[in-house]
Amino acid sequence: MKEFIYTVKDPLGIHARPAGMLVKAASGFKADISLELDGKSADAKRIFAVMGLGAKCGHSLKINISGADEEEAMHALKEFLEKNL
Amino acid sequence: MLIYQGKSVFGGIAIGKIKIWKKEPVNVKRTHIKDCDAEYLRFTEAKAKAIAQLKKLQKKALEEVGKDNAAIFDIHILMLEDADYLDAIKSMICTQSLNAEYAVMLAAQNFSKMFSAMNDAYMQARATDVKDISDRVINILSDISQSKISGDEPVILVADELTPSQTVQFDKSRILAFVTSKGSLNSHTAILARTMNIPAIIGVDIYENNYADGKMGIVDGYTGNVYIEPEEEFLSQMKTKLDEQLKKRELLQLLKGKEDITLDGKKIKLYANMGNIKDLPLVLFNDAEGIGLFRSEFIYLESDTAPGEEEQFAIYKTVAETMAGKKVIIRTLDIGADKKVEYLGLKEEENPALGLRGIRLCFKRQEIFKTQLRALLRASVYGNISVMYPMIISLDEIHKIKAIVSEVASELSSQKIPFAIPEQGIMIETPASVMVSDKLAKEVSFFSIGTNDLSQYTLAIDRQNEQLDDFFDPHSEAVLKMIEMTVKSAHDAGIWVGICGELAADTSLTEKFLRMGVDELSVSPSMVLSVRKKIRETNLSK
Repeated sequence: MKEFIYTVKDPLGIHARPAGMLVKAASGFKADISLELDGKSADAKRIFAVMGLGAKCGHSLKINISGADEEEAMHALKEFLEKNL
Repeated sequence: MLIYQGKSVFGGIAIGKIKIWKKEPVNVKRTHIKDCDAEYLRFTEAKAKAIAQLKKLQKKALEEVGKDNAAIFDIHILMLEDADYLDAIKSMICTQSLNAEYAVMLAAQNFSKMFSAMNDAYMQARATDVKDISDRVINILSDISQSKISGDEPVILVADELTPSQTVQFDKSRILAFVTSKGSLNSHTAILARTMNIPAIIGVDIYENNYADGKMGIVDGYTGNVYIEPEEEFLSQMKTKLDEQLKKRELLQLLKGKEDITLDGKKIKLYANMGNIKDLPLVLFNDAEGIGLFRSEFIYLESDTAPGEEEQFAIYKTVAETMAGKKVIIRTLDIGADKKVEYLGLKEEENPALGLRGIRLCFKRQEIFKTQLRALLRASVYGNISVMYPMIISLDEIHKIKAIVSEVASELSSQKIPFAIPEQGIMIETPASVMVSDKLAKEVSFFSIGTNDLSQYTLAIDRQNEQLDDFFDPHSEAVLKMIEMTVKSAHDAGIWVGICGELAADTSLTEKFLRMGVDELSVSPSMVLSVRKKIRETNLSK
């Protein structure tokens, strides 16, 4: 089980395009990946759930990862978030 | 003649027959099914077909409107594969024995509601996307094909609402303009219409007016008006306008991609002026080498409260990134008492042209200035941004600006927020700044001459006063001498100098400016190509 916090920097928040890219990135791993915001949790592999979080610029997301490839998934997601959100 | 007024999404004129486009009503009936596995299989097959259709559309969009705009179809595919969406449909089919069409319709309603309930206009608009993908599946299930536009003649397409996939699906050679009753300026359809250069108007209720179908119509994307059965005289007037528009576009095609260089090899920077972020597609379409004057006022004028740092940052970043390394010169807030901006609470002034405006207002209201500077410094990380300050009259003002900029920079740095210090220059638009231009040039990186204000202040002629028209000479020797003096001061100090006022686009002066040594001309997007033509015909060695 891995977890880390990421603060959204994109001024538009998690809008459709990065949400789609995030879902694609997360779906490449076997591990379960969830995003948590204000007590709401969303499966990072589900686009409606990710968009439904309504994460905006400045919001801090907690990312939980658990499964066989969790280490790898964490590095990949960190890199993805820094680059795109 | 009937006149309808709506909001324009993209300028331009279109004349042609009106076609009211109605989607065939999908009449989803609720039926009770017996074999739920077979029904779910029917759904998954329809879904696979829908995804295949979307992939095709995505390819078409990629070619027509580019990667960023095509991304919406990627999202649509992900939505159709979303586990929550599929689970909802599966459970309705299997536990309630509902037919697939009805289950998809209910799922669409639920997920649309989720978006509609979010407190964010952008997310609320995504409800249309859910409806779009679900309708596609329902149409496949009920074997309804999208209605095509019949006939050979291109038409003005009138619809209630257009989804992104419908907008892309139409054969563009058959569409003269889009007119819809619903839709927002932010909708994907609006963005696509702008990118495709098709005049588009939203918020017009012609859709319900069956009488209009097949009638002659005119769409004026400049005013937002739609005319049905126009009178002969008006029609011929608009036809002349349309011809001019077409001629301009032809000229444009020929000169696109060509360098701004004189016959004897002097290169000029030919940039475009921008009064609103909506002009950005026009800047690109007209092939300007950069943006020479980005009037940041629109951000303040279109807002009910002082625009925040994030809002401004997003706009500057978008422009910088879209211009991809090309120069973007942003002028800081240039507003005065003549512009009614309630939240600034400015006092009425006897003479606003000589009043508290431009940099003066920014010094008096430093919180507003600092917010803009923070946004500008942050956005400078994302592209080739320059900043210029309006209404300068003295060296002392430059020193004050520099102190404020370094204050803002050290704040950002202590907050660990990424930023860069952009190239900084000033507008030369007061006779005072011309007179001390030799000193100013040593302190800034460039000059941009604003000829509108420089003319009015030099000649003491109010531009708004019609009685003075007879006294106003746009080519006044006094103003031209001011420009010449400014150019000399700039070059003596080794900085570049441009012109961004109306005179910059006056092709009868282009040669004169080039002979003075002006390095840059910034003109309205629609003038870029005629100025380019003039530059390329000029020979300075003769």
